[in-house]
Amino acid sequence: MTTTAQAVDLQTDYGVSADVENQYLTFILNDEEYGVDILRVQEIRGWESVTSVPNAPEYLKGVINIRGTIVPIVDLRMRFGMDNLEYGPITVVIVLKVIGDNRERVMGIVVDTVSDTYDVPEDSIKPAPDFGDKIEVAFVKGLATVNEKMLILLDIDKLLNSGELNILD
Amino acid sequence: MGIDLSQFHATFLEESFEGLDVMESSLLNLDAGDSDSETVNTIFRSAHSIKGGSATFGFDNVAKFTHVLETLLDEVRSEEREVTQSIVNALLESVDCVRSMLEAQRDESDYDEAQVKSVQDRLEAILGNSGSVAEETVDEVVSSGSTNNSEGWLIDFKPHLNMIQTGNDPVRIIREIKSLGLLEVKTSFDKLPDLSEMNAEDCYLSWEIELYSDVDESVVREIFEWVEDECDLVISPLSSEIKTEETSPVEEMLTATEVAPVQTQQNPEPVVEPEIKKAVKKRTKPVGENASIRVGIDKVDELINLVGELVITQSMLGEMGRNFDPSNIEKMMDGLAQLERHTRELQESVMRIRMLPISFAFNRFPRLVHDLSSKLGKKIELKLSGEATELDKTVMEKIGDPLVHLVRNSLDHGLETPDIRKAAGKPETGVLHLNAYHKGGSIIIEISDDGAGLNKEKIRSKAVSSGLIAEDEILTDEKIYDLIFQPGFSTAEAVSDLSGRGVGMDVVRRNIRELGGAVDIVSKEGEGSKITIRLPLTLAIMDGQLVRVGNETYIIPIVSIIESLQAKKESINKIVDQAEVYKLRDEYINIVRLYEIFDLQPETTDVTNGLLVMVEGEGSKIGLFVDELLGQQQVVIKSLETNYRRIEGVSGATILGDGTVAMILDVPGLVVMSRAKSSVNEDKVA
Amino acid sequence: MATILTVDDSTSMRQMVSFTLKQSGFDVVEAADGAEGLQKAKSGKFNLIITDVNMPKMDGITLVRELRALPAYKFAPILLLTTEAGMDKKKEGKEAGATGWLVKPFNPDQLLSTIKKVLG
Repeated sequence: MTTTAQAVDLQTDYGVSADVENQYLTFILNDEEYGVDILRVQEIRGWESVTSVPNAPEYLKGVINIRGTIVPIVDLRMRFGMDNLEYGPITVVIVLKVIGDNRERVMGIVVDTVSDTYDVPEDSIKPAPDFGDKIEVAFVKGLATVNEKMLILLDIDKLLNSGELNILD
Repeated sequence: MGIDLSQFHATFLEESFEGLDVMESSLLNLDAGDSDSETVNTIFRSAHSIKGGSATFGFDNVAKFTHVLETLLDEVRSEEREVTQSIVNALLESVDCVRSMLEAQRDESDYDEAQVKSVQDRLEAILGNSGSVAEETVDEVVSSGSTNNSEGWLIDFKPHLNMIQTGNDPVRIIREIKSLGLLEVKTSFDKLPDLSEMNAEDCYLSWEIELYSDVDESVVREIFEWVEDECDLVISPLSSEIKTEETSPVEEMLTATEVAPVQTQQNPEPVVEPEIKKAVKKRTKPVGENASIRVGIDKVDELINLVGELVITQSMLGEMGRNFDPSNIEKMMDGLAQLERHTRELQESVMRIRMLPISFAFNRFPRLVHDLSSKLGKKIELKLSGEATELDKTVMEKIGDPLVHLVRNSLDHGLETPDIRKAAGKPETGVLHLNAYHKGGSIIIEISDDGAGLNKEKIRSKAVSSGLIAEDEILTDEKIYDLIFQPGFSTAEAVSDLSGRGVGMDVVRRNIRELGGAVDIVSKEGEGSKITIRLPLTLAIMDGQLVRVGNETYIIPIVSIIESLQAKKESINKIVDQAEVYKLRDEYINIVRLYEIFDLQPETTDVTNGLLVMVEGEGSKIGLFVDELLGQQQVVIKSLETNYRRIEGVSGATILGDGTVAMILDVPGLVVMSRAKSSVNEDKVA
Repeated sequence: MATILTVDDSTSMRQMVSFTLKQSGFDVVEAADGAEGLQKAKSGKFNLIITDVNMPKMDGITLVRELRALPAYKFAPILLLTTEAGMDKKKEGKEAGATGWLVKPFNPDQLLSTIKKVLG
């Protein structure tokens, strides 16, 4: 799955040194490909039923038990205000390590399906344009083009510490 | 079913050793002439438990010895015998004897039988009858009934009206007789009153039963053993010739069967010894001494985790067991039982290690108050109460610094100097009071002083100038006081000018919240302030009642449940078209519809179709309306804040047997929410 | 299957009772004294309650009396675990409303046969 060869190509193309390149896990959401820093990915699981959390925002589907800890699950489509998609066999939950407010949390995001992993040189990441009201720019670290595909790289720390997910407030 | 009793030996031994320690320290506190107190009861109870257990688990030597011991203690307890120093001495020696016997059992070694014998002789000498008591343990009730040489028995069985109210079902009794042989039952409706006078809780029927069997009369009589006072019973031989010859009423039979309890006649102590006040303190071990607690905290934490795992596995196994192939069930139940035993053991010992009296946190304050007050030129009396209140070691450690902070604040800013106090008409010496007590599943720590109290205006203007509130914002007193806990509030240098508290109160609150607790303050200007901290007793495990609302399972801490009941329509009242109350005996209790608070789809919205779980928190009661009560189980408390945040009305979560998560309800929180709900309209801005 | 509450301050006795009952397929809830027993009884539904007599906080006799005062346990079977020395306790227990008793020491088989007697 890893695309080291491409990484080398990119490196020569852009002339970036290897130590400022990061690996991203990508997933599909509403036909767009998004990426998250792979070092933050703890595991990928199939969708399973959750326990709902009282008075939580709608996009917080609930919590699940992962080896004895309680992990909240966020539906990313709902978080971005996209149309709902019925959960199916390829619906997955990506369990992520989120950092914010001086602590680490573990949270899961529900996405349409997992796509691939890519090495993306830091330099090739371009600032994101305004997406309109679909996705707040603040949650996007930038855009990258890999194999002529556009990846939207998410800043999960900002995303998963935003709004009602913020622990303070 | 063969059950190996030896699996319980270790537990029995352990609790017996504890019981002996309790006996010992209680005996050391027992003064001659003292007999009424709870101390004697405690001693008696320990001896009684050891006796019962040793008889059950087959430690006959211990059972015999403790029987004598118990007999003596019973006399002391019932004040038939006065406590003398020689009795106390003998009892202390008995404790040593029992301990040596149990240690021998545990270590598979020998004990000094001669020593035990000599102490037992002494006890018996005190009791005044040498030997006989020990021999009696189970006096088989001599059956008085004649043996059966007829076809069977005619049983005339007339239950008294109130018999079913003791849980004894006549039908059950008849069914039991049926197991003895062929039956012919005639039911008599003679006493059946008119329907209008009939009380559904009374038993009006009586029976004439012919039992064709060759069992002895005593066997038949035994079936009626529990109801002999609740019925008229005549049992007579069934024969073709004479049917009812023997008509002795059951009372007569009783006096014959009932063996009079062994009377230990009592020779008054021959020599009244001079009062030697507690001369026997050989191993002075005051109750509650904790100097020996020295356990590496990482080890303890590891144990706690293990316990958590075990509890989860156990409920998981239990779940499996319920939906499992029947052929394997026995095996699984074995494993399950084993697992559960270990779990409980572990849990108990771990809990014991972790719980410490709050005096550990309090004991630094006398010195601190003393030093600080002389430095500040203030006269302050420190009052401590509830120091024996126990809480989890981790909680204790984490609460130490916040407490110091709060106490310092109170000394610094709350309590005034003698001249100011005098001018205000108060005694020169200010009082700082630290108090702790348990309430529900929480520990409450109060820090109160009779100082100057908080100055609302100053707090307000400070908050305005630091941008926490708008100038024209209207706030309740509560909210004003709450400002001092706000992060932005305390950083300014002018804080020490305030009569209130300043630096780091936000940190205090955050620390307390991290422990799953809460802190608030009430104050009256010129009269003082009181800070109340509520903390969970332990962060690990609690007993929970599972309830269902719609498709969701919630857990209510059993400690906060008063009772669960089916709501009666006539007891439900709506007041002021908002609040719904339930009349329970003399109280009106707010009904809280959980599905409403948590925005769920319930099975029923009609209170009379579901159940009301009456709970208590924050000093008031509410009735939680749920669809159904499920089981009770111990749950491992998991924090939601680890990965999410605090949720109103929920104190945490746990993992159920099937691996799913269930929320644990925060009863005090729900009480507060229900109060807020009644005033929701005027308060919506917040 | 029936749910049984067993109340005893002695852990080993409680374990023995609980283990025996669970092996026979009953659901068992344990309580370590009368007060805890009452609390658990109130917050749940039990088909049978087995209680020791001598316990701290609340003794078994008081527990029986308290339970009988509750509508849910007005007719429920309640068994006392007494010792042979406790003839008067049996009487006292009956007066408080106990269904019957089981004399200590007893073995698991005796326990089960007694329970079958009340639960039919």
